[in-house]
Amino acid sequence: MTPKNPPPLNTIFRFTVIGLVVAILATAFAYVGGWLDPGRLTPDRMINTLEDNAGVHEGYRRNHAKGYCVVGSFESNGNAESLSRATVFATGQVSPLIGRLAIPGGNPHADDGMPPIRSFALQFELPNGEQWRTAMNAMPVFPVSTPQAFWELLQASQPDPRSGKPDPAKMGAFFAGHPETKPFLAWVKTARHSSSFVNVEYNSLDAFRFIDAGGTTHFVRWGLVPEAPFTPMTDAQKQDPDFLSHDLRERLDKGPQRWHLIVTVANPGDPTNDATLAWPADRRQIDAGIVTIDRAQDQADGPCRDINYDPLVLPDGIAGSDDPLLSARSAAYSESYNRRTREEAESATSSTQEPRS
Amino acid sequence: MNPRTAVTFSLPARLLHWLMAIMILTMLFVGVGMVATVSERHVWLVQLHKPLGIAILALVIVRLLVRWRYGTPALPADLPPWQRHSAHLSHWMLYALMLAMPLIGWTMLSAGGYPVTLFAGVTLPDLVSPSPTLYSALRFAHTWLALSLFALILLHLAAALYHGLIRRDGVLASMTKGRRKP
Repeated sequence: MTPKNPPPLNTIFRFTVIGLVVAILATAFAYVGGWLDPGRLTPDRMINTLEDNAGVHEGYRRNHAKGYCVVGSFESNGNAESLSRATVFATGQVSPLIGRLAIPGGNPHADDGMPPIRSFALQFELPNGEQWRTAMNAMPVFPVSTPQAFWELLQASQPDPRSGKPDPAKMGAFFAGHPETKPFLAWVKTARHSSSFVNVEYNSLDAFRFIDAGGTTHFVRWGLVPEAPFTPMTDAQKQDPDFLSHDLRERLDKGPQRWHLIVTVANPGDPTNDATLAWPADRRQIDAGIVTIDRAQDQADGPCRDINYDPLVLPDGIAGSDDPLLSARSAAYSESYNRRTREEAESATSSTQEPRS
Repeated sequence: MNPRTAVTFSLPARLLHWLMAIMILTMLFVGVGMVATVSERHVWLVQLHKPLGIAILALVIVRLLVRWRYGTPALPADLPPWQRHSAHLSHWMLYALMLAMPLIGWTMLSAGGYPVTLFAGVTLPDLVSPSPTLYSALRFAHTWLALSLFALILLHLAAALYHGLIRRDGVLASMTKGRRKP
């Protein structure tokens, strides 16, 4: 067929239509991608703020940078089977574990005696390629309930270049403007530094959903309760910036370390979207089985190094809740993982001699 | 009939084209959106991204078979050679990216040690063993090829409208309408 030759004005109009269609689509794409929305809290901006606070330590996690890989297993006793159809809870099921014990903060060379908080991340391997990943903290509640507030907390706690410490005035202003931090602050006042990674209780903090065989949903939080009794950090330990890893190796040389996986079930009406609020102490608790850690390995070459402990990598039978921190953790951990694997890849190609972090 | 003399694309080709156009545009918006927010949208967009990607992978294979079976209508004889070459090149690039993007995404997640969960309880097998170096390279490729695919789609759309509005040579109609009566 022969193309017609429309009049010039008409042609200009038609070209304009084409240009507009393309421009509208491109603009919508740019908006969704965050390029036209500088105020949006993106995973990128969250991780940038962590880097502003602690510096860039290539190859390391952007938060909880200092840690150790541990290996062991979880043996289910079947008690949680009625709450969740996840195979990890089947009676007698033994799931291999790759874990990571760490302290908070973005500095991989931090002094173990500084923060009173320790963290425990676990990856349970299930049959059929499923996994359950969880990243728990040794504290009863989270300081804030939203990603935005967490970002503001990070900004407020940025170290002052002169003192190297957060500006107390900024911190004070943040806490004054965020009354939801009160339960956390009350705990910090009484918190004692433990002598070990293995004698503290770790909590999921965020709520999750367990889905049972009948499809019914149960809101839960979980935690690890240690068999080793709590003892506080000693004066000798205060002199050793790596006392937690030294203690861990000493204890594992003597034998495996154990925790009970305790599942707490919410009552109707308990807050599931607010990690700053603990549930009342009388809630039903189920001892689901034993987490055993047999050995530890340096994170530079240990099996936990390349695992992103994204709390939303969950098997069938466990799902996220309406807690807004969960999606933010998932998104931000992923960005941290992307950055550190890129750095690992770069260091692997630039030098095969130097040990990677 | 000889596929080369067909005036329009076959019905299966047209259905696949428009279905996949919606799916791929959705996929690209989901992709850039999910990595640009820490809100709850992140979670459900990621959950949508994986099964949608696998569906696109399955459909593009069907589509290549349909193309092979039914052929494509010839371009207008008076189309300038550079436009003819651009048309062929861009179409094969579109097919290559439609095929590559889901495969890269799947391999990338395997290399990162992530289970590729499509729906609760449905986890795809790992294509490779975990490797941070491979993960990092594929993660980079996934982003930049996605942006290239989007740019190519804009070009494709502009060219289709150019055929439909400026040249009015039946090329756009070959994908929008059924075969015309002679």
